[in-house]
Amino acid sequence: MKSGFTTMLRLLTALLFTLTIAGVSEAAPGDAAPSGRVAKPVLEAGKGDKCVEDTQFMRRNHMKLLMHQRDDTVHQGVRTKQHSLKGCIECHASSRNNSVIGSNENFCQGCHAYAGVTLDCFDCHTSKPGTAPPAASPHGQPLASASSTLDVKPVSKP
Amino acid sequence: MSEKPSGGTQLSRRNFLGMSAAALAGIAIAPGVTLYDLAHGKPPGQATSGRVRWGMLIDTNQCSSGCSDCVTACNTENRLSGGTLATDSQWIRKLELKNTRTGKAHSLPMMCQHCENPPCVDVCPTGASFKRADGIVLVDRHTCIGCRYCIMACPYGVRFFVHEPVTGQNPEVPRGKGCVESCTFCVQRVDRDLEPACAEACTAAGHKAILFGDLNNPDSEIAKRIATYASRQVREDLALNTGVRYQGI
Amino acid sequence: MKIAYREIAGSGPGFYALLGVLGLFVLFALASAHYMEEHGHIVTGMTNHIVWGTPHVFAVFLIVAASGALNVASIASVFGKAAYKPLAPLSGLLAIALLAGGLAVLLLDLGRPERLIVAMTEYNFKSIFAWNIFLYTGFFAIVAVYLWTMLERRMNVFTKPAGFVAFVWRLMLTTGTGSIFGFLVSRQAYDTALLAPMFIIMSFSYGLAIYILVVSAAFRWSGRELGDAVVLRLKSLLAVFIAAVLYFVAVYHLTNLYLAKRHGIENFILLDGGIYTTLFWVGQILLGGIVPLVILFHPRLGVSRFWIALSSLLVILGGIAQMYVTIIGSQAYPLVLFPGMQESSSFHDGAVHNYAPSLPEVMLGLGGIAVAGLIVAIGVKFLRFIPENLDNSAVAALESTAPVQG
Repeated sequence: MKSGFTTMLRLLTALLFTLTIAGVSEAAPGDAAPSGRVAKPVLEAGKGDKCVEDTQFMRRNHMKLLMHQRDDTVHQGVRTKQHSLKGCIECHASSRNNSVIGSNENFCQGCHAYAGVTLDCFDCHTSKPGTAPPAASPHGQPLASASSTLDVKPVSKP
Repeated sequence: MSEKPSGGTQLSRRNFLGMSAAALAGIAIAPGVTLYDLAHGKPPGQATSGRVRWGMLIDTNQCSSGCSDCVTACNTENRLSGGTLATDSQWIRKLELKNTRTGKAHSLPMMCQHCENPPCVDVCPTGASFKRADGIVLVDRHTCIGCRYCIMACPYGVRFFVHEPVTGQNPEVPRGKGCVESCTFCVQRVDRDLEPACAEACTAAGHKAILFGDLNNPDSEIAKRIATYASRQVREDLALNTGVRYQGI
Repeated sequence: MKIAYREIAGSGPGFYALLGVLGLFVLFALASAHYMEEHGHIVTGMTNHIVWGTPHVFAVFLIVAASGALNVASIASVFGKAAYKPLAPLSGLLAIALLAGGLAVLLLDLGRPERLIVAMTEYNFKSIFAWNIFLYTGFFAIVAVYLWTMLERRMNVFTKPAGFVAFVWRLMLTTGTGSIFGFLVSRQAYDTALLAPMFIIMSFSYGLAIYILVVSAAFRWSGRELGDAVVLRLKSLLAVFIAAVLYFVAVYHLTNLYLAKRHGIENFILLDGGIYTTLFWVGQILLGGIVPLVILFHPRLGVSRFWIALSSLLVILGGIAQMYVTIIGSQAYPLVLFPGMQESSSFHDGAVHNYAPSLPEVMLGLGGIAVAGLIVAIGVKFLRFIPENLDNSAVAALESTAPVQG
């Protein structure tokens, strides 16, 4: 019957509304780990005394910095350290696994897993700082020892 | 306000000091292009320019069949696997040639030729394959969708598709599954005033088969050498004007 | 007598079985694409020598056939042949379906399919691929509008201009597809302006062959009558197109045989290329060209529905063989870096490159066909694409009432 259907619809809507309010009110700011919800990320502090920019700025804008810097680096060869991904990793790699990904305690993965934003970078970029020894070749041929590419020995070039 | 000196007469001391100070300030404030270009280096914060065109000269007479120092150096620098399966990336490889009519044999390294008119750049739908101002042809892996059209287009067979996940990358040489890649002239080294790993290794070992330098600078060793001795480009008939030239073929 | 269009009535078990089979193949294709994306293309037969493999053979075939499938509609709207008018809506639907199937395969095979947004927002307009993105999406829009003008009676006055735009657009699209290969200097088998018009004439042939099969099946399985007047017209047209394709192939190879620098690739394709030589002579020329021609011109076989359908199927198989030779054969033949020199290296320079289709690739390719099939099947079920009755008298009536063309 039409009126019965409408009543049911109204009840359902009210129920959904109530549940939504209840759910939203759960997430009060400052809660450490509300029961039944995802725990907020606990990140290891980076090396050094402070980041190249302040925390709130970085939270909002690190993606814009990275996207702009990467075009400058790839297309113009601008390799300044301040906003480079390599620079970030050098300070923020975890002391446990020397990486910015690998578990939800790692710097990049922690927040990205919490926010549900896919991390595309580390398909190509290494998540570890410095010159880790080269990975063994999957085809069984040993590589010569790695020379550090961070040692700048200018060669007089013609 | 300084007075303008009247037509051709001597400058006042104040004017002279003022103009010198302005000139010095100009040199200090300006990006330093002039100064650094004279020294052929590039500070990290400065963009590349078209004033330079990087090129390579390979003397095949010095290149021996059994030697693959350049290949080993490239694999080490760029953290390539060193494997030689058809699915592996070989940014540089040794090519053994034999003239079928005369019997003369040659050995030479083959890598991305860094063409001036690169077919790979022409065909890339997203512009990921591009030529930098200084002539180095690169792949912007942020834009590459992995369609492999550039590999179809390259006449030299020097572009590679990454067929499996990659780990242990050099922090300055990101590379990963699903994108196309090729020799970069070790752009991460070039930007720091070093030469590509293959050239450095060949010179260090005393073979002297690979010479890297600025083709646009008439005083560079490479420019002087190609002006003196005959050299050629591979598949010259395609008019791609490659940055890599070969002697002795 | 007016031709009435009606959607396929009833939901018999046969229809659901068809949807089920097609859906299953689509699922296999999606699973294969996921597998390829997860593990990388190492799980396929494609390598750094053969970068475009079986998926591309199917994808390019479907895309080429898509523009050809629109031919029947073009003959009706652009060239004014009244007898073809009732066939036009299905032609438009089939064109959209085939293109969707081909594009699905192409996009799922990308190394980074999640970057599709990048492909749709950043363009290098020197690349024919970039133009193709606009040509393909434009094709969908234009054919959709064209279909609307045909199916909505008040819009019928716009069918002719819409059909004209669609006709010109599909010629541009197929030129773009042929130019993908024609613009490449790198391979001995490409680097020729002939590939663009050859792809156009191939599209006529493959598209019409698929159309014949689809229209015959649609009428037969829904119990509607399709008169000989329609089928015999279509088969004669197909015979002409097959002959035209053979002509282009002949010119292409004869020219290459004249040029000493192309003797290597010609030797490879025509004589000692192994599987590629077999696919060329037996697949493309014999089964895809000569046998269907003989059948279609035969006085008895050429009027039999069974033999006409068989010829269409052979043309399709010949087309897939042709794409295999064109796409994969050209990559198998080694690049010539130093003409006159024997080359060898750790990258197998100078040697013919091996390739074997792998299961994920084949399933992905077949999935494209299944996508096209699903679109057609669902389309004719819910919308009025197919005439209720197209027997000989209906066709005759159409022609007698057709306005005299000036």
